[in-house]
Amino acid sequence: MISTLTDTERQIALVISGLLSLVGLVLSAAGRHDPLGAQGFIILAFGLSGVFLVISGFHLPEPTEKRFSHYYDEPIKAGIIIAMLWAIVAMFVGDWVAWLLAYPEMTFDAAWASFGRLRPIHTTGIIFGFGGNALIATSFHVMQRTSRTRLADQLSPWFVLGGYNLFCILAVTGYLMGVTQSKEYAEPEWYADIWLTIVWIAYFALYLRTLARRKEPHIYVSNWYYLAFVLVVAMLHIVNNLAMPVSLGSSKSYTVFAGVQDAMVQWWYGHNAVAFFLTSGFLGMLYYYLPKRAGRPIFSYRMSIIGFWGITFFYVWVGSHHLHYTALPQWVQTLGMTFSVMLLVPSWIAAANALLTLNGAWHKVRDDATLRFMMVAALFYGLATFEGSFLAIRPVNSLSHYTDWTVAHVHAGTLGWNSMIIFGAFYYLVPQLWKRERIYSPVLVEVHFWLAIAGIFIYVFAMWNSGVIQGLMWRTYNNSGTLAYSFIDSLNAMHPYYIARATGGLLFLMGAVIGFYNICMTIRSSPAAAKTRNEQPATIGQSRLRPGE
Amino acid sequence: MGVIERDPHTGHGTTGHEWNGIKELNTAVPWPIWAFLIATVIFSVVWWILMPAWPLGDTYTKGLLGADVRQNVATDLKSAEEKRSIWASRIEKEELSAIMSDSELMQDIRETGHALFGDNCAACHGARAEGGPGYPKLTDSAWLWGQTPDAIFETIRAGVNSGHPDSRFSQMPAWGRDQMLDRKAIIDVSAFVKSLSDANKGGNGSPEQLAAGQKIFVDNCASCHGSDAHGAHQTGAPDLTDNTWLYGGDAASIYESIYNGRQGHMPAWESRLSNADRKILMIYLLDLGQNSP
Ligand code: HEC
Ligand code: HEC
Repeated sequence: MISTLTDTERQIALVISGLLSLVGLVLSAAGRHDPLGAQGFIILAFGLSGVFLVISGFHLPEPTEKRFSHYYDEPIKAGIIIAMLWAIVAMFVGDWVAWLLAYPEMTFDAAWASFGRLRPIHTTGIIFGFGGNALIATSFHVMQRTSRTRLADQLSPWFVLGGYNLFCILAVTGYLMGVTQSKEYAEPEWYADIWLTIVWIAYFALYLRTLARRKEPHIYVSNWYYLAFVLVVAMLHIVNNLAMPVSLGSSKSYTVFAGVQDAMVQWWYGHNAVAFFLTSGFLGMLYYYLPKRAGRPIFSYRMSIIGFWGITFFYVWVGSHHLHYTALPQWVQTLGMTFSVMLLVPSWIAAANALLTLNGAWHKVRDDATLRFMMVAALFYGLATFEGSFLAIRPVNSLSHYTDWTVAHVHAGTLGWNSMIIFGAFYYLVPQLWKRERIYSPVLVEVHFWLAIAGIFIYVFAMWNSGVIQGLMWRTYNNSGTLAYSFIDSLNAMHPYYIARATGGLLFLMGAVIGFYNICMTIRSSPAAAKTRNEQPATIGQSRLRPGE
Repeated sequence: MGVIERDPHTGHGTTGHEWNGIKELNTAVPWPIWAFLIATVIFSVVWWILMPAWPLGDTYTKGLLGADVRQNVATDLKSAEEKRSIWASRIEKEELSAIMSDSELMQDIRETGHALFGDNCAACHGARAEGGPGYPKLTDSAWLWGQTPDAIFETIRAGVNSGHPDSRFSQMPAWGRDQMLDRKAIIDVSAFVKSLSDANKGGNGSPEQLAAGQKIFVDNCASCHGSDAHGAHQTGAPDLTDNTWLYGGDAASIYESIYNGRQGHMPAWESRLSNADRKILMIYLLDLGQNSP
């Protein structure tokens, strides 16, 4: 890894790691009476390993000029493996908390094992750890391939990837110690938030610099989506995390917003995290890997355009649909609801564009599980966006809100759409990046696919049922004019569904473990014989090089 | 600009762009999409006209239907209250015996009491009022503070160790921790207490130990638990001769109760539940007790 950096980059890397260690040292000293101290130590350890890593490779020869004419794939490879590790950890914790809901006494009387602390480990680990690393890795791949140019430099991708993972680690270890802002999907505290802001700006700059070097006249759709993801997430992250730390030695901070404004800002953030993290970025992935694997042209460029601008414009309005029937003024709820309904059209345009792209390649979908992963992802994207718009309609929401229906909806999206497209993209990428003939075992890809499908169906159907039952129980009146069921009655009714859900989750987790094994075995297998092709971005004077894949 | 090709499968032309092998067709947007988009926009515009929708400085468009969530909630609550008051007012006014012999009214109480108890009391007392360690069962005859309707109603109103001005005080001193009795004395009196409810009376203690324990009991404990150890409703001290235990009847739990003392906490509900609701709960418990084996 260090051998691919230039001498200057190695020096800068050393300085950055040194500074990071220093920050870690200061925080661990300042926060020694607080969980912040432990977090400081993690930063220190991270910084020191950086220093150690750079020094250990410091005197290796610089990469030759020829190396710079190749795509820079090392950070992508690292990103894929890290993403898979997060997937397994976070899905494991997810299934754990699923069992915990069925058997709530399973906490060993330990604070760290309580639902409130484990649940954000699952969500952060899966959204940011798994999803985020997959987005970063694939975006590095797509931006280079569609721009026909190498990443702008060697250090920034590592800074982005490493820094981002430091953020994720700080987040989940913090939760175990009870550190949280109590904002869903924005739980990490101020110091982690500041760090992520720095990392994110570097990411954005890297993206723009790479695009600026592109050798293609036009910018491909995937890049629009990835850029929207990076840009809007930066905005959301900064605004929602505006907070005042209690002191430099304390992990606790207080948000600058109060009351219903706080709720509104939080859900403007929360929903757009779904929109720009879990939708926009992932559509970038879909728009590259699906046509690539299917070997088909995108069905309609025009649909790409209205899909993109529709999604980008409508999404930012809809956050208030998370606050129906609350203290939020009704007019804000109306806007959230109506824009959610209109949002369905561009969402379906994107899904339809992907599915219609498969016209002429359906036989491949039948035979190739990798492509089938992507196809199913597009289907679930369509399903989840329909359901989302439906649940945003106020009368529907009065039944569904706060119930497991929401959980079903989220997991149709995250399991069916996000995870499936990532797995599809990874199965496509791994043999290519490591220059292998094919994936180690196509049969295992097939097994993974069916485990995942079974898991999703069990999960989603269980939660649909449970959610509707719950919603109905909460609103049923008896003849005396009082509510017929107590809350605990509804919990008892959920019990069998919770067991089913946890079982579905377990199947999905098993699939991911098999996938990781398959990926590792592919990497360990011997490289494809002689015909290893070095993909190169076109260099000046050379004829237009089509990096064959 | 690249070359515009025609896709043999669909017959549509490409845009002429290409990225690493990916091309795009220049297919026109199918008309159902436009229709769908227009339909959703019309739906939204209609909704905006009918409902509160757009901000205007410090006010907003109110909508033709004059809908207002706050008012809706208020009217809903009011009409529910009216519907309920038909029978709820009878509960407040009428005599207990009259209520309990009116089967229709009792049906209302059972239904309402179930949800009230489930949402407010079940977390401590269990979903069927069966109790658990530290939380008394409410359907048996072993009442700490008395089984009369008034006593039960009063416990619910003011609570136990609750901070309410009329709260009941339940104080089982910490004999060991506060060094009022030494270890041996506690072991002796524990054995004595255990022997009171043990079928073969002797328990595990030797006759000398039980005698010593009895003496300690008479000197220290009888004032609250009564000289016959049957407990007293004035102090909330439990009957120690039966097989109903609040904190457990095994040797270790008894020792723990005596060594560290016990101060159960039952919240006061006067400010949280209406008079009628508390009365419903009281009758609900009496009814549960009558119908439980
Ligand atoms: C926070 C836990 C808790 C909740 C909630 C609670 N209780 Fe209690 N309750 C207790 C405890 C503990 C006692 C025993 C107090 C003592 O040590 O004397 C008790 C005692 C009682 C008693 C007296 C029992 C006796 O033997 O005399 C009644 C009656 C009672 N509770 C009814 C209720 C009702 C009705 C509700 C719901 C409105 C309720 N409780 C909610 C903890 C609770
Ligand atoms: C000041 C009054 C008082 C005195 C004196 C007192 N107790 Fe208690 N005791 C109580 C009360 C009140 C409770 C119930 C505590 C609660 O409900 O939380 C209790 C509970 C107990 C229990 C637990 C019963 C169960 O059902 O789990 C035991 C055992 C006990 N006392 C034994 C003794 C012994 C032995 C002594 C004498 C050494 C003693 N008590 C002296 C008031 C007293």
